[in-house]
Parts: sequence; C-alpha cells; structure tokens
Amino acid sequence: MSGGFADTLISLVTQVLHLALILALAPVLTGCVRWLKARLMGRRGPHPLQPWRDLLKLLRKRPVLAENASAISRAAPYVALAAAVLAAALVPSFARGMVLAPFADLLLIAGLLALSRFAMALAGMDVGTAFGGIGATREMTFAALAEPVLVLAALIFAILAGTTNLDVIIGIFQEGALGLRVSLGFAAVALLAVAVAENARIPVDNPATHLELTMVHEAMILEASGRHLALWDFQASLRLTLWLALLAAVFLPFGMAAPGAGPIAWVIGLLVFIAKMAALAFALAVFESAIAKMRVFRVPEFLGAALLLGLLGAVFLFVSTGLS
Amino acid sequence: MMGPASSLIRSGNPQGAKPYERFLLSPTAWGQLPAALQQEPALALLGLWADATQVHACFLHEPSAEAVLASTPAAGWNYAALSPARPGAVRFERMILELWGHRAEGAVDLRPWLDHGRWPLRHPLAAKPIPFSGEPPQPEFLPVEGEGIHQIPVGPIHAGVIEPGHFRFSVQGEVVVRLEQRLGYKHKGTLSLMLGTSPRAAVRYAARLSGDTTVAHSWAFSAAVEAAVSVTPPPRALHLRALMLELERIHNHLNDWGFVCNDAAFAFPHARCGFLREGVLRAIAAAFGHRLMMDRVLPGGVAPDIAPRGAEAILASLDAVEAEIPSLKQIYEAHASLQDRVVTTGYLRPDLARGFAAGGHVGRASGRDFDARRLPQNLPYPTLAFDVPVLEAGDVDARQRIRVMELGQSIALVRQLLAKLPAGELMAPLPVRAGEGLAMIEGFRGECLHWIALDDGGLIRGIFPRDPSWLQWPLLEAAIENNIVADFPLCNKSFNCSYSGVDL
Repeated sequence: MSGGFADTLISLVTQVLHLALILALAPVLTGCVRWLKARLMGRRGPHPLQPWRDLLKLLRKRPVLAENASAISRAAPYVALAAAVLAAALVPSFARGMVLAPFADLLLIAGLLALSRFAMALAGMDVGTAFGGIGATREMTFAALAEPVLVLAALIFAILAGTTNLDVIIGIFQEGALGLRVSLGFAAVALLAVAVAENARIPVDNPATHLELTMVHEAMILEASGRHLALWDFQASLRLTLWLALLAAVFLPFGMAAPGAGPIAWVIGLLVFIAKMAALAFALAVFESAIAKMRVFRVPEFLGAALLLGLLGAVFLFVSTGLS
Repeated sequence: MMGPASSLIRSGNPQGAKPYERFLLSPTAWGQLPAALQQEPALALLGLWADATQVHACFLHEPSAEAVLASTPAAGWNYAALSPARPGAVRFERMILELWGHRAEGAVDLRPWLDHGRWPLRHPLAAKPIPFSGEPPQPEFLPVEGEGIHQIPVGPIHAGVIEPGHFRFSVQGEVVVRLEQRLGYKHKGTLSLMLGTSPRAAVRYAARLSGDTTVAHSWAFSAAVEAAVSVTPPPRALHLRALMLELERIHNHLNDWGFVCNDAAFAFPHARCGFLREGVLRAIAAAFGHRLMMDRVLPGGVAPDIAPRGAEAILASLDAVEAEIPSLKQIYEAHASLQDRVVTTGYLRPDLARGFAAGGHVGRASGRDFDARRLPQNLPYPTLAFDVPVLEAGDVDARQRIRVMELGQSIALVRQLLAKLPAGELMAPLPVRAGEGLAMIEGFRGECLHWIALDDGGLIRGIFPRDPSWLQWPLLEAAIENNIVADFPLCNKSFNCSYSGVDL
C-alpha cells in the first residue's frame, strides 16, 4: 500500500507544480507574444512581465459597476476564471500522471471552456450596452462553429486511442505507435483555427484594438474595471496558455515526463515544455504580424472550413478502420 | 458658358469681393436660385454661411474652376433653402440657424447641429442673442423602419484616442442600414473669437481650427486677408508657405496610410509609417521650430524663416520616406488579407461626390477632379510641375492609393520648392483698410475655404472658415450604407474628416 501512497503523493506534487507553473506562466506568455509582435514591427515593445504588473495593479483597484449591473456582472469573472483554471489544471504541461488525470477528458475541457465563454457573454450583455451585446452575439456565432470542431477532434483522438482522456491519448501518441496519420494532420489544422478564434487572435479578432465596433472579446469586457478586469485578463491569458499547451501536448508530445517519474525527468520536461511554448508563441506572433483581420462575416467561413477539416479527418478514420 | 443659376447670381448687385465677385440678390431673386441650381448641375456649392444681416453662398463653376459668391438679406425673414437643390447645404443651413438665427425656408433638415442646448445663449452670433436656460433637449435621429433593426450608439467618448463625435448606427444584424453623425462636441466659439479682432490676432484661431491641417487653414485665412486688402506676399514667403503645406500633406498622408492598415489589424505598415512620419516631423521641427508648423503662416507672409540647416534635414527625412514607399506599397498590395478588407469597402458613388462637391482624396478617389493648387491665384503652384491623381473606384483602397500617389507628388514638390527658393523679404506690410476676400488652399483633406470681410479700421467684420470636412462628413454616411458595422472604423479612417474643423 505504501507504493500506492507514494504514487498518489507524486501525482499530487506533479499537479500542484503544474498548476503553479501554468498560473505563473500564463501572463508571461501573453507578454512574450506582445513583445515579439512589437519586435517584429521594429518597436522596442513592453517588457514581457508587463501583463503581470498590470494584473497586480488592477487587483488592487475596486471595480466600478454600472448602476443597473446585476449579480451576473459580479459573479461572471469568478465563474469564468474558475472554469479556466480547472481546464488549465487538466491539460498536462511537463509531466503526465497528475492527480486529476483521470478527469482530463477532452469533452470536459471543452465544456469548461464553453462555461467560461458563456459567463463572459452573459457579463457582456448584463448592463445592456450596445458593444457588450455586439461582442456577445459575435462570440456566440463563432462559438457555435468552433465548439463542434473541438468535439470532432476529440472524436478523431478517441478513434485512434480508444478514449477521450487526454492523459491516455498523450501517452499513446508519445509511444509513437500510431505513426503519422492524415486524420491527425486535419485535426491539427482544425484545432489551430479554433485556437485562433477561441483566443481572440488575428485574423478573427484583434486583442490590441481600440475600435469598439470591431471588437469581439474586448467588447464583452469593455465595462469591466479594477479587480474584475484583472480576472478577465488573467482568464484570457490562461486560455491562450491552455490552448498552446494542449496543441503542444497532443501534437508535440516528446519530452514530457512519464507518470511517477522523478525530478530529473520533470526538469527535462519543464525545459522542453518552455521551449515548445516559446516556439508556439513565436509562430503566433509571426502569423499575427503577417495577416490582416478578416471581415466579420468571413469568420464563420473560416471556422466552417475548420469544421469541415475535422469532419473529413473523422470520416477518413472511420473508412480506414472499417476497411482494415 | 453660363447656366441659369450663374446668370441669376451675376444679375445681382456686385459687392467688391476679391478675387471672386460677390453679388447681392434680392430675396425674390434668391428664391429662384434653388430651381436655377437644379438646372445647372455644374455649379457646385462650396459653402453657405451668414453674418448678422445676410446669408452668403460660395459656388464653384466646375468646368472653368471659377468661384462666385451670392448673398441675400436674411434678417427679419426666412431665406430660401438651397438644400433641395444642393444636398451639401443641409448642415450649413442647420449651422446658420443655430449661430445666426436665420431660418431656411423649405429646408430638408433643420434639427439642432452644433447647439446641444448647453449654451447660455441661443443664436450667439445674431444681432440680439436670446438668453437660454433649461434642460438640454434629447437629440433627435431620423427614423429607420424595417424588420429587426436595432440601434448602436457610439461615442462621443470612444475606446481609442480620437476626436469626440457621436455616431448612431441603425443596423440589421451586422449590416448598417443608416448612419447618422452628431458632432458639435468640439465647439469652440471660433467665429465669435475672431470677429472684431485684427487679422494678425485672428490668424491664431484659424491655425487652431484643426491642428493637423493648421498650415492650410492659416494660409487660407492669410490669403483671404491679403486678397481683401490687395497685398501680394513676397515670393520667398509664398514658396515657404507651399513648402510647409506640402510637408503637412506628407506627414498626414503617412499617418493616414498607417492608420488605415492598423484599422484592419495589420500593424506593420502602421509602425513603419509612424516611424517615417516622426522623422519628417523632427525635420520640420528643425527647420521651422514647430512640429506641426503652427502659427508660421501669418497675414502678409511667413515668420520665422526656414532654419539654416532646415532644408538638409527635410531632404534627408524625405529621402528616407521615398526609399521605403515602394516596399510599403508592395506590402500593402501583396497581402490578400489586407486587400480583402479595403477593396470594395466603403464605396462612394461618383455622382454623390460631385453632388456634394467633395474635395481632397474623398472627391478624387470618386472621380471629381478638383485641386485648389491649380487655381491661378494660388502662387507659387502655377510655376511648379505636379500631377493630380484621380481615380474612379471610390472605395477605401482608392482613397488610400490617392494618398500614396499624392505623397510621391508632394515629395517632388518639396524638392522643387527647396531648389528654387527665392531670396528676399518674408513679410509684406498690411494696409489698414476695408475689403472682402476669399481664398481656397488645398490642405491634405481638400480645399480650405476662407471668406473674410474687414471694416474701415481693418478689423474683422465677417468671417467664415470652411474646412473641407463640411462636404465630406455627409458622404461618409452614404459610403457606409450596406457595409458591415465592423468595417466602419476602416471607412471612417479612409475619409479621416476633421471633427474640430466643422465644430465652429
């Protein structure tokens, strides 16, 4: 029984370390992307720790609420952040076999992300300003197409790995037994498109915009201030980190420490994880600098294409597994 | 060839304005003007304003580029509205009612415009203003009918740092059915500040009408004063004015080019244009002692002279701009995602541009070929070689291309001006005498038109500075129709009208 206890302890430590890492890293990642984009444009750019400084400043400030704000405006940032933290706790970073691994179901992660988005859309509509409403409708239009893509990707992984549990899927991918699959390529492209849309990045949304009429994500939190704004910003950083970690874990699973591995494997896993995130952040900054934002009515076409790719991937798998 | 409206105006009593004559029409003759204007579409309305007793209109005969002014007594009775014949008159008639209290008979629209009910006086420029106190009235907007239409109020305070203005969108889903602007938030009382002062004192207000086009406005003001008292500034002063005007065009066009790209979330050109513009502004500061060249153009000439090393600094900064334009243009044209945003967006019909007599890049991107630099009295431009680009496409992209082409022309003009900058005086003395003058100077937005009347003591008796935006703002409302709401910032930036310039 002592072995079982030690395993649980290790998995608990892994979990705590993972969560601490993700929470600390998330704003830094946002800061790095901003800094890289500024460098690519020939600007000096804000310090990568700037988002952390902004968060600490905002956390000290009292939120200013509209007179007609209901309890939704107060509760929504906490709900959204809680859902995002929980989802982030489920996506492994440097090691597998965390204590929450049995619950790390892709569908649960999708549901948690949907919950946090739902809270944000409600907060956007709560006080009844025009921009919050515009942002919420746009976000929900995009989400209606983005969510099925994630579910389809989960379906592809489930067919290949026999489960929707992320920890198990990564383990199987890590062994490399499956080899290269066309369907996985489709799933990767589809998930990248969804990641862009989910995180309000160019070309779907512009995280740096000051034009209230073009906003999606920013429009919903236009009324937020102080502590609440800090929570929303932190939540957005967390989602970006989560998505990049998810993409890295599934499609670049090498270097991750196996369940129950010791500190040395963890350190290697950590270094590899940071390298992967840095590479993805750089790719994101380059991509965002090289493309203009698309017209709002083109976004459903863009996400529709991603949905189609996901569907194709699933169909190919069905056909090939049916034949063999 | 004169049409019925031109003949009607010229049948009036000449009043001695320079260089274009002003004719005083009887109320009956003015009453026939709208119908005559309907029959003569080539006579464009450039501006409509008033003083305590009369209403004045400035027309441009487009084929000959000849302007003519018409006036009619308005105190005590209503003057005939021109808005049924010239849509551009609508906002002028609203302004005349608010500032001077003259009511246009048969006007299309007379809702409040500048006066939001927060001034202590009504009709502040009338002979007898009426004290006003009470609750500001709710703004009225034109009704929009249809299934599923809802309104989006935007501004006057925006999420970004721009001038204040309220925009009321009526949308169906994402599609704009109607846009209405409500400006007036930058009302400064400029006209009453200028009235009764000397031109040398009032030019400071003209320079501050709209900060980004300060050279054009102060030159137009000074040129109107010089026309009124029949003075020609020395050649060196005229060359320096043209030099400053072209530099102003360069730095503003660079700025707008970057911002249009930035509004499509394509930030690289914005960063580069901002960098290049900063280089130009620093060179300007080195040459003229002020980054925007405010208060450099004065009635009678310019002051101070260009700094000894100023020409080199300007040429060096322009070399940097010229070297980078081809690659920026290549980036602008080669990115399909950016072209998808700007091509066909915010289309302005050529007939609308002509009907409103829109100047500048707005008019020239929709086929209206007018540039005040080609007027014979606007020395030194008749002695310089330059092209005026005109396009027909009328979309955001066309306005952008006009800017880029003008940028090249302006750089060439600066080189010409610096190469043949004459030596000599900077100021001509201004005699103290009565007179009336009109001037049009092509700023980066279009022609700035200033009319001025001086009394026997040389003080300002009547004044109207008309920013080109007066005739461009209404066209933005037309251009955005049936576009999506999210494309409005892009269209707005491609017009880049001045808020301050029209909030008199």
